[in-house]
Amino acid sequence: MNTPDVTTHETGREVTAATPADTFADPGLPDHKDRLADKDPKASRRAELQTVILFAISVIGTISMMIVFFTVPLDGTTAGVRTQNLALGLCLGFALLGIGLGAVHWAKTLMSDHEVVEERHNVATEPEDREQAVAALAAGVKDSGIARRGILKGAVVSALALFPLAIAVPLVAEVGGDWNIGKFRHTLWRRGTRLATDPTGRPIKASDVTIGSAYHVIPYQEDIPEDVRPGTHGWIDEKAKAIVLMVRLDPAVLKEAEDRKDWSHDGIVAYSKICTHVGCPVALYEQQTHHLLCPCHQSTFDVADGAKVVFGPAKRPLPQLPITVDDEGYLVAQSDFLEPVGPSFWERLK
Amino acid sequence: MTTTEATAPAPAVPTTPAGRAADYLDQRTGIGVAVKAFARKVFPDHWSFLLGEIALYSFVVLIITGIFLTMFFVPSMGLTTYDGPVTTLQGQTVSEAFNSTLRLSFEVRGGLLMRQIHHWAALIFVASAVTHMMRVFFTGAFRKPRELNWMVGFTLLILSLLAGFSGYSLPDDVLSGNGLRITDGVVKSIPIIGSYLSYFIFGGEFPGHDIIPRLFTVHVLLIPGLILALVGLHLLFVVLHKHTQYPGGGRTDKNVVGFPLFPVYVAKAGGFFFVVFGLLALMGGTMAINNVWNYGPYDPSPVSAGAQPDWYMLFLEGSLRLMPGQAEVVIGGFTLSLNVLIPAVVIPGLLFTFLALYPFVEAAITKDKSPRNVLDRPRNVPTRTGLGVAFLTAFIILALAGSNDLIATHFRLSINSITWVLRFALFIAPVIAFWCTKRICLGLQRKDRELVLHGHEHGRIVRTETGEYFEVHKPLTEQERWLRVNYTAHAPLELSEAAYDATTGEKNPRYRKAKRWSALSRFFFQDRIEPVTPAELEAAQHHAHPAPELAARQPETDGRVGS
Repeated sequence: MNTPDVTTHETGREVTAATPADTFADPGLPDHKDRLADKDPKASRRAELQTVILFAISVIGTISMMIVFFTVPLDGTTAGVRTQNLALGLCLGFALLGIGLGAVHWAKTLMSDHEVVEERHNVATEPEDREQAVAALAAGVKDSGIARRGILKGAVVSALALFPLAIAVPLVAEVGGDWNIGKFRHTLWRRGTRLATDPTGRPIKASDVTIGSAYHVIPYQEDIPEDVRPGTHGWIDEKAKAIVLMVRLDPAVLKEAEDRKDWSHDGIVAYSKICTHVGCPVALYEQQTHHLLCPCHQSTFDVADGAKVVFGPAKRPLPQLPITVDDEGYLVAQSDFLEPVGPSFWERLK
Repeated sequence: MTTTEATAPAPAVPTTPAGRAADYLDQRTGIGVAVKAFARKVFPDHWSFLLGEIALYSFVVLIITGIFLTMFFVPSMGLTTYDGPVTTLQGQTVSEAFNSTLRLSFEVRGGLLMRQIHHWAALIFVASAVTHMMRVFFTGAFRKPRELNWMVGFTLLILSLLAGFSGYSLPDDVLSGNGLRITDGVVKSIPIIGSYLSYFIFGGEFPGHDIIPRLFTVHVLLIPGLILALVGLHLLFVVLHKHTQYPGGGRTDKNVVGFPLFPVYVAKAGGFFFVVFGLLALMGGTMAINNVWNYGPYDPSPVSAGAQPDWYMLFLEGSLRLMPGQAEVVIGGFTLSLNVLIPAVVIPGLLFTFLALYPFVEAAITKDKSPRNVLDRPRNVPTRTGLGVAFLTAFIILALAGSNDLIATHFRLSINSITWVLRFALFIAPVIAFWCTKRICLGLQRKDRELVLHGHEHGRIVRTETGEYFEVHKPLTEQERWLRVNYTAHAPLELSEAAYDATTGEKNPRYRKAKRWSALSRFFFQDRIEPVTPAELEAAQHHAHPAPELAARQPETDGRVGS
């Protein structure tokens, strides 16, 4: 460390001169530095005691965990579960950390820290072994006669290549259900299906809808087939396509395409709630701007202007559900959606 | 100890119980050979080598807690009515999966703890795998002979993402259901087969009633099985190649310097498993995670704002959020959803391809064929380090984009402006990060050269009798110097092919390809700092020394310098 050589700072360019010794020599392993416990028996005993304490903490942790497990009851309340979880977690944590820290402390303070050097061996096989390996393979090939028996080779390859079909075909054929992707195009909405509130399922009277209010809408359960009504499994599949967001706007701000003038009723418009991006429910309606925001990826749709995309990763407007009122004043669908709802797919326009 | 005695061919009958047991075992397995080979096997020591260990140990914790969970979880989408202790959910129609998740959280003692440890362990598992991969990347531990092990590790990373995602979806709550719905939307965007792939996954239309049991099998059998097998292969390679080591005195490509497996690493690594498990237990005990009873069972209609996926999926989520929608096009009546395909398939595809292929690209442009067991200091490979940081920058920007709604609400910013800033940042920031990192690396290398040539500054100014001033520098110790000069600065590849055949004058077909590789090699190694040679050091010392008679007097004062 206190080498007598002295150099001074030099700001100019380094002088490059070629000499035979063009690399430095490896100085070898650094000198071993003794730890406190190596030199001082007291420190060594202290480290041993610390290790013992750490392992003792683990024992205490495990015993405490048993005690907590059998004494703290689960009363079913969130707070009770939290308390028990906290107590069990702390006990288990100390039970484990005691062992872990004890072992590491032991290794770091008391086990030898003299570095050991081990030579590495070539990963590659030695040349003569390689030759023998190649010779062994060659002998095997010769024994089998595969090189001469072309038809046999072809038969083996064909059999091995074909047999996975016997497993793959039944699997693939069955795994996709009926493979009828035409279902993407249809929802539960029919001519005359009443609009009902989600999740209470009450039909909605047009006269109850005030300007500026937004409704989460599902088809009224009396108007849909029994096997897909709420409480059935089919309902979840159908609801995933049929959900609608309905808004009543001031007719003054509502911009409507010519061919869709009769799709709304008195400023009330209904749009599919499934984002045309990747299918999240477009659930956030902002009354002031008439914007509908998808909370997943922030596609923003303008409800006052045909639910066109004003920002974000979606391309297409939300499909509109044509609605009207029935004789009793309830809002009803005029038909199903006229295009597939939800994210785009390859055959969407076919 | 007794085990090694038992392996000896001597006919001596073992007397101790341990000796007899070892003898019994060895007579039937020949385990003595393995004990001899591995008991004192040397591993090098460095904190960064623990990252991979954390991944391994969290995986073990995942298996232990996972087995506990499978005892109570019912992987079914069959419907039932909830009548457990959570009052807000009583009477609701929920799936068996959701019902059993609540039951094991609220009615099984220790169940919630196991569930929370399991979830935290999953997050830590992926995080430690990623940081381990960063360590391997930045230190060049993927070089020959470890390229294949890099591929194994890469596959493990992909599998761990799939493991996390499949597990996240199992409780069948609103959040995971919406996650699956996004997956469905992404799958549908794939050209030609997308719709059928969606049916393939869900057994029909989304959500169907197959996805939870299918994901369960994937999550508890298929993926853990593959991970287990590949972890075995990963570790087998480590044993075969022996661990890499950081540069330093006495550490070469032909040896490994460290401590023996038994007892040091048995204690250290074994202990570290308990440390990792213990910390995960503390996390599971003190930090609530994924309280599915607050979200409710899956229903296709509700969704809440500010819902983020687990961290390792954020980059995909962010990628989806940044893409402008205009990219969706219709070609010949078929819809090509590039607005989904690019961010969800192409961008991650590019990122992962870069990761998977990088070792092979670097091998091709260095033409380095010798085994490299001493790690690089990241500064000594500036372009690689720069590319790695650029990669991470892109990853972080995508993850930020995946949290843009949280950023907006926390900092009261417009979500649209955040999205726009991040859209540009995704392209610009990695370039800036690359450039800055590379420059910093080169600067550090120059600093190393400077130190080697001129020693440590002391700040002590000496005036000679002739009135000349100079600053006294303390030369580096041999160890300090060796650390700074022991590296290879690769030079760009020479163009190996001529443009025209010398004899026939025809165009050389291999010329263009060789030219591209050579250009890539120039991009990597054009800017480089060579290590100091002994001749340079001698010249610098010679040039810098004051008059001989002064230098001779100098040592008297030097002993106190810098103390």
